[in-house]
Amino acid sequence: MTYQQKIKGGETLDLSRRSFLAVAGGAGVGLMIGLKADPAAAANAAPGAIEFNPFVKVSPDGAVTVIVKHLDKGQGVATGLATIVAEEMDADWATIRTEFAPANPNLYANLAFKAQGTGGSTSIANSWDQYRTAAVTARAALVNAAAEAWKVPAGEISVAKGVISHPSGKKGSFGEFAEKAGASKTPPAVAPQTPPFKDPSKYALIGKEGLHRVDNDSKTDGTAIYTQDLHFPGMLVAVVAHPPKFGGKPKSFDDAETKKVKGVEQVVQIPTGVAVLAKTTWAAIKGRNALKVEWDDGAAESRGSDALMAACKEAVSKPGVATATNTGDAEGALKGAAKVIEADYAFPYLAHAPMEPMNAVAEVKDGAVKITTGAQFQSIDLFVASKVAGVPMDKVTIDTVWAGGSFGRRAVPTSDYIAEAITIAKAIDGKAPVKLVWTREDDMKGGYYRPMYAHKVKAAIGADGMPVAWHHRIAGQSIMTGTAMEPMLVKDGVDDTSVEGASNLAYSVPNLKVELTTIKAGVPVLWWRSVGHTHTAHAVETMIDELAFAAGKDPVEYRLALLKDKPRHAGVLKLAAEKAGWKAGEKLEKGRGRGVAVHESFNSFVAQVVEVTIANDGKVKVDRVVAAVDVGIVVNPDVVRAQVEGGVGFGLGAALRNAVTLKDGVVQEGNFDSYKPLRISDMPHVEVHIVPSQEKPTGIGEPGVPPIAPALANAIFAATGKRVRDLPIGDQKFTSV
Amino acid sequence: MIKLKINGEERELDVDPDTPLLWVIRDELKLTGTKFGCGVAQCGACTVHLDGSPVRACQTPISDVEDSEIRTIEHVVGQSASKEGKAVQAAWRALDVVQCGYCQSGQMMSAVALLTSNKKPSDKDIDTAMNGNVCRCATYQRIRAAIHDAAKRLEA
Repeated sequence: MTYQQKIKGGETLDLSRRSFLAVAGGAGVGLMIGLKADPAAAANAAPGAIEFNPFVKVSPDGAVTVIVKHLDKGQGVATGLATIVAEEMDADWATIRTEFAPANPNLYANLAFKAQGTGGSTSIANSWDQYRTAAVTARAALVNAAAEAWKVPAGEISVAKGVISHPSGKKGSFGEFAEKAGASKTPPAVAPQTPPFKDPSKYALIGKEGLHRVDNDSKTDGTAIYTQDLHFPGMLVAVVAHPPKFGGKPKSFDDAETKKVKGVEQVVQIPTGVAVLAKTTWAAIKGRNALKVEWDDGAAESRGSDALMAACKEAVSKPGVATATNTGDAEGALKGAAKVIEADYAFPYLAHAPMEPMNAVAEVKDGAVKITTGAQFQSIDLFVASKVAGVPMDKVTIDTVWAGGSFGRRAVPTSDYIAEAITIAKAIDGKAPVKLVWTREDDMKGGYYRPMYAHKVKAAIGADGMPVAWHHRIAGQSIMTGTAMEPMLVKDGVDDTSVEGASNLAYSVPNLKVELTTIKAGVPVLWWRSVGHTHTAHAVETMIDELAFAAGKDPVEYRLALLKDKPRHAGVLKLAAEKAGWKAGEKLEKGRGRGVAVHESFNSFVAQVVEVTIANDGKVKVDRVVAAVDVGIVVNPDVVRAQVEGGVGFGLGAALRNAVTLKDGVVQEGNFDSYKPLRISDMPHVEVHIVPSQEKPTGIGEPGVPPIAPALANAIFAATGKRVRDLPIGDQKFTSV
Repeated sequence: MIKLKINGEERELDVDPDTPLLWVIRDELKLTGTKFGCGVAQCGACTVHLDGSPVRACQTPISDVEDSEIRTIEHVVGQSASKEGKAVQAAWRALDVVQCGYCQSGQMMSAVALLTSNKKPSDKDIDTAMNGNVCRCATYQRIRAAIHDAAKRLEA
């Protein structure tokens, strides 16, 4: 079970304002204490907008503002939440605005975490009932206000596209009744005969085509503001020289040359390095380049990635320290099996490398601290900011702005880059707001990678070709150990994020054992778009392909035979196969291959069929990817398609050529010339098909990623007879068969 | 003092001659639509037009561009946009190309330059012209489609 399944998010809420607080609050991960409860502090509030509840405001001009509690880093959650509210309010989509919520876990907790934050593809799932409730409540308040003004029963009033009307011919806009409706602090009772939420058959926006993203305009004219774009009066830009090894510290520094750089104002030593503060970014960069720092590497991690991988490989050659799953007797069944296949897998460290490197603006003044950044885990950021700044939590303000990608990097259990910005602002006695800017190299070398892992899988098939045993060992660093999430996600020595996707193997195999050995290393690790599934799906989906081949069966039919009690897995697999024109037993022409994978992550189901060509020079070219997804009710189909297209590209780039490597503890990759991202010439044609569903909506930010690497590997096998078990593929040359 | 011709205006600035154009645009002129992504001309987020040609502002010293007409995203898709600028923006919006959006100014700048010199680019032309612009959200498929769509709009 993944942790999302363990938490029941999005339970139906009642319609009172108090219930928002009751459900959204609670102890959670223990970070929410003494926070101010006033969300109206949002600096960018629309003038004159009237707050109906923490999620909806209506302006006198009729505009509806949706308060977005999740960070939108490209995944489209602002559009999704706005769609939900507009639908249930019967608002006019053209009048919808969005703004990011302030940091206030009492109001804006992610109901899947009981803490304010964005991750695990939970945004729409946890907000579904909450935002519908907020919208229905706001709509009812407007209807009641109109009913009172017109002296008619509320039940006779209808609402469409932001217009309230009565059969007598009376009509009014949301704006006309906003003040009166919003002023009513007692939430209106919704007429009992009215269903609390709209019947899906009546949807005008949810699930419909043609709704454009709310950030479509500002991101196509250069006006969308990211952290990097902030310029506050008197602000200084800080660029930091970091130690070359993780765990290193500055010993001493010489800033004589730095001080000569025009625009450099101050140089300060902080625990994580030496910060150069300047009037402009370029002056700070130039000043940092001129800095001479002596480092203390005494306590630093000095192993290279080869040694760390050797430790992982060694660990999977022995029984695991912990057991994640143990059904039947996998080891016993392997001994007597007709055919056993054993395979080893290796996965490197991966950097998130979002287009906008990490950055944050911190202002420490009058016993308070204000952060402006693309904040992704506000509960943790508030806690860390309060500790680092030495102020109570209610003196911490976080304004969230658009983030230029994240892929997990902006949600950090230590709030590393935010903490560094505050530390610098404190070190200069709060005399100016400080914009901390990491260059691409700082970001790439700054740690918090997808951990390196080794897997060893032994699987056996019986006389009928079907699997009888699966023994799976995994070794690598734990993401959750040592974080606030450890009590929830690390049980009996098993970090669920190290084994998710393998420990809950979807295929029916009577004897299954999954073991884990957690490796300790000084390289900081973090969730990376789809977390454990980034590696478990590769091992599982290539091994099941090996078993199908060993059994002489078609990979799609073989999987379907093992997914009889998994209708949603089977549903996406069948749809992807059908749309790809998959025919059992068909082999593509020489030099081409087709492979398939299906995987569940974050309660969503995705299958992908990949077609490759092996070029004359032996390199792999990915031609086409046909994906099918089941995410329950689809809020915005185009955003779902975009996330799968992007997930395919993101996972493909990593599978083809990405790895962060270390030599004697020093990260070797620094920029996009050494950590080579997917480019447009690598991008295959991607088709996305959606399984119609009335299940509750689930997430799609991550689930498009896991199937791509194994589907690619299986396609390469079909074309070449060679199995790809280690990632990335790198410069490998293949020969067609 | 350095003299610049940018977005149809003349500006005089007190900056070191080795300062990259990117940081003059962003920090001095506060035109923040042009983005910092890599600093080494590997990602294209900082693409601007120099006399109509796309260049990476992060690797262009300010002293090299005093005699050139510099145009940024604010001008190229703004009020005074060329027909190519308008078509690219319309296509980008029609196809909802953006995700995080951080690279998209640079993508659009490269796309406008491509369509200005090549009215009907093939997929291969697009790959060649756009390969220097990285998108970590991998919106490439829509970028390709949007360039074809913009070309169609220009034909009409």
